[in-house]
Amino acid sequence: MPGLEDLYREIILDHYRSPRNRGELETPPATRTEGFNPLCGDEIVVYLDVDASGTVGDIRIGGTGCSISQSSASMMSAAVKGKTLAEVRALTRAFKGMMSLHESSLDTDGESGEELDADGEPVEDVKLGDLEALRGVVKFPVRIKCATLAWNTLMQGVDEAAEAHPA
Amino acid sequence: MSTAEVTRTFDVAKVKADFPLLQRELKGGPIHYLDSAASSQKPQVVIDAMTTYYETINANVHRGVYEIAEAATNALEASRVRVGRFIGAPNPETEVIFSKNATESLNLVARSWGGANLGPGDAVLLTQLEHHANIVPWFQLQAEKGFEIRWIPLTADAQLDLTDIDRLLDGVKLLALTAMSNVTGTLTPVRELTEKAHAAGALVCLDACQYVPHLATDVVSLGVDFAAFSGHKMLGPTGIGVLWGREALLDAMPTFLGGGGMILNVTLDGFTPAALPAKFEAGTPPVAEIIGLHAAVDYLDALGMDAVREHEVTITAYALRTLTERFGEALTIHGPAEPAARGGVLSLAMEGIHPHDLAQVLDEHAVCVRPGHHCAKPLMKVLGVGATARASFYVYNDTDDVDALADALGEAADFFSF
Repeated sequence: MPGLEDLYREIILDHYRSPRNRGELETPPATRTEGFNPLCGDEIVVYLDVDASGTVGDIRIGGTGCSISQSSASMMSAAVKGKTLAEVRALTRAFKGMMSLHESSLDTDGESGEELDADGEPVEDVKLGDLEALRGVVKFPVRIKCATLAWNTLMQGVDEAAEAHPA
Repeated sequence: MSTAEVTRTFDVAKVKADFPLLQRELKGGPIHYLDSAASSQKPQVVIDAMTTYYETINANVHRGVYEIAEAATNALEASRVRVGRFIGAPNPETEVIFSKNATESLNLVARSWGGANLGPGDAVLLTQLEHHANIVPWFQLQAEKGFEIRWIPLTADAQLDLTDIDRLLDGVKLLALTAMSNVTGTLTPVRELTEKAHAAGALVCLDACQYVPHLATDVVSLGVDFAAFSGHKMLGPTGIGVLWGREALLDAMPTFLGGGGMILNVTLDGFTPAALPAKFEAGTPPVAEIIGLHAAVDYLDALGMDAVREHEVTITAYALRTLTERFGEALTIHGPAEPAARGGVLSLAMEGIHPHDLAQVLDEHAVCVRPGHHCAKPLMKVLGVGATARASFYVYNDTDDVDALADALGEAADFFSF
């Protein structure tokens, strides 16, 4: 049976206590997208500033949520800064792949084997870094939506930014 | 304090023994089920009643002429009368409508009564305590009919603020309110508000979903015009709800869902609705669930609803005292401070710990509480929170459950201590 330490890794609690990139950005030029978890009432706001070259110049996170949703958002904000929109999409696919149940069965720790995305397709080699700490969330299925909330919201922002900055 | 001292009304240990699920061990110990406001556990007699139906008289109702079909029909109608008597319905045979749940019952009132009676220039008065089930149907109807929706505000301790009630009721056609909040446990002054509403020419629709399971209910003395509740929150099965309404009102209302069972006649030109209560019961009803609800009502009546209430006030008082002594200002308990002003529902906010995380740690100790907005997002906004962790009590909860809750909250505070 998975224990609390599988869920609440130290790095997760660190990001929860000291969230990175909290705040707002001026819109425009930044985009502002909101995400809701209708089950628990968590709300997240992602401000995304993409420069003319299609690179994430800045990102800010607002809203309220549990330690999992807030730490995921915080780590996400640190991970995507300076990345191109294509790289952000690839990272998101990799993260959501890690969060999908068929990729990491409940009985194994899922540390080895080929990474599959949410559609079961192999994902390109993307370094998740600190985000790996959220892998344990898969063992607590009802919390997966907490971990992916920020990323789904980010994707809406990326789509909006991509329309504004066609490659 | 031992369980025996908590209540002289009934033996909680004996009650607990009637519930198979509560005999389970979880995480190496007893399960502490504190989520009855979401759904109650079921005593063996309810499970048995449903099984017996399937094993002995399973047949569709109101149709067959053979023996078991007649027995099934009789069992269904007996439940209707029994449930009606439980809430003091003057005419249970016609006024008790079986639905899927309280949500469907409230939708029935909105669609049928509201559809026929509300239009531009009219107003419906709700309270800020309401569950989405008593909000969204009115918004849905408002989009079609264009009436006004008003809200009774709350005081700081989540009771109804009636300062402006006369102005709020002016021109209102329906007051739709909860009898007890599923978030704060607030008991609302139903009788007083019904008198005022009637004086202002408004009808009253009561969301009694959290009330009927916990307090002796008499729809006549409450004075309301409609009352909705669910079986699964009162020891009965899921999938069965009730709408009670005054016979004359129900009789005058247009039909709701259409289909078999609700008609007197159908021709190529149209249909004639059946008389009450069949008029509002389209399709094959959940017969086993209706029979299970009968058993649940029998069980509650055997305990005595006054004793049920007394037990819950006692356990709530014990919980409020225990948690306040132990955690002080680090723990906020939303709602009225006085146990007599509330039901056994405690919405908790622990300083620095999100309700979702709190509930997760509590789960490690087999303490089942519900995190989230409890389908009352407008109320969450008024309380100034996104979510709470809710512990709720029922007939089978004892001081051990409260102590386990307090211990687990302590563990959570340690785990997340900054």
